[in-house]
Amino acid sequence: MISIIIIVLGIIMIMAAFLAIHLKNLLSAIISAGVISLLASVIYLLLAAPDVAMTEAAIGSGLTTIIFIFTLKKIKKGDLDD
Amino acid sequence: MADLIYNIAAIIALIGMMLSFVRLIIGHTIADRAVALDGMTIISISLIVFIAYYSNRIIYLDVAIVYGLISFVGIVAIARYLERGI
Amino acid sequence: MEIFGALITLIGSIFLLLGGLGILRMPDVYNRMQTGTKATTLGSILFLAGISVGHLECGCFGKIIIIILFVIFTNPISSNTLARAAHYAGVKLTERSVKDDLKEDNLENKGEKK
Repeated sequence: MISIIIIVLGIIMIMAAFLAIHLKNLLSAIISAGVISLLASVIYLLLAAPDVAMTEAAIGSGLTTIIFIFTLKKIKKGDLDD
Repeated sequence: MADLIYNIAAIIALIGMMLSFVRLIIGHTIADRAVALDGMTIISISLIVFIAYYSNRIIYLDVAIVYGLISFVGIVAIARYLERGI
Repeated sequence: MEIFGALITLIGSIFLLLGGLGILRMPDVYNRMQTGTKATTLGSILFLAGISVGHLECGCFGKIIIIILFVIFTNPISSNTLARAAHYAGVKLTERSVKDDLKEDNLENKGEKK
């Protein structure tokens, strides 16, 4: 059961990483990077490391996304479509 | 018997997460991708609680609490950026 | 008791599946937002409550109540903020939609200010 969850989440993580490289729009790439750290937190939890999972959820999924968005607002005005 | 039903429920929730991720891949606008991220967050909170049940450790539930709060802040930041405000 | 909790969890997971399916197949951002919030909120509440009811002896009842309260409080707020942001950013409604109240409200407010 645990191995099924790890395999599915790992496949989704690899596809999200691929997507984060190949998207043209920067805000979409930021959202894809958020998905990567969101799933990495669940996988850390499956590997029996709850403190690492908590840190990853707080810093990787929350703080990094917000800092990237602030930086994106500083450097340019993002456009909406792909 | 009960364990089997719990496992089937977790796999069904995992399928829902995959469907939501397909929308994140296709997504024509950025708001679509943000909605898909929101759905994936809620489903993964459910998965974390299932993992806490599966491995019999109550301390895993703290991760779910932190997760819910922080992901809410991230979604609101994305929405404020879309509104051109922050 | 354990079977009862497991059945509640199964119903909740079916709601989560329907939420994911709605996010994939609805025609519009706002429809996706609606199904992606309501169905997943109800589904996650049922999922967590089922696990909590099935294992009352583990002492995890209070924490699961706190998580359910967080989901109830934060999920509609984030969905509302996101829908408003999408509307102000100019995402179009689908062709089958009938009424756009927020746009009419904004037009009325502009008319009053002038």
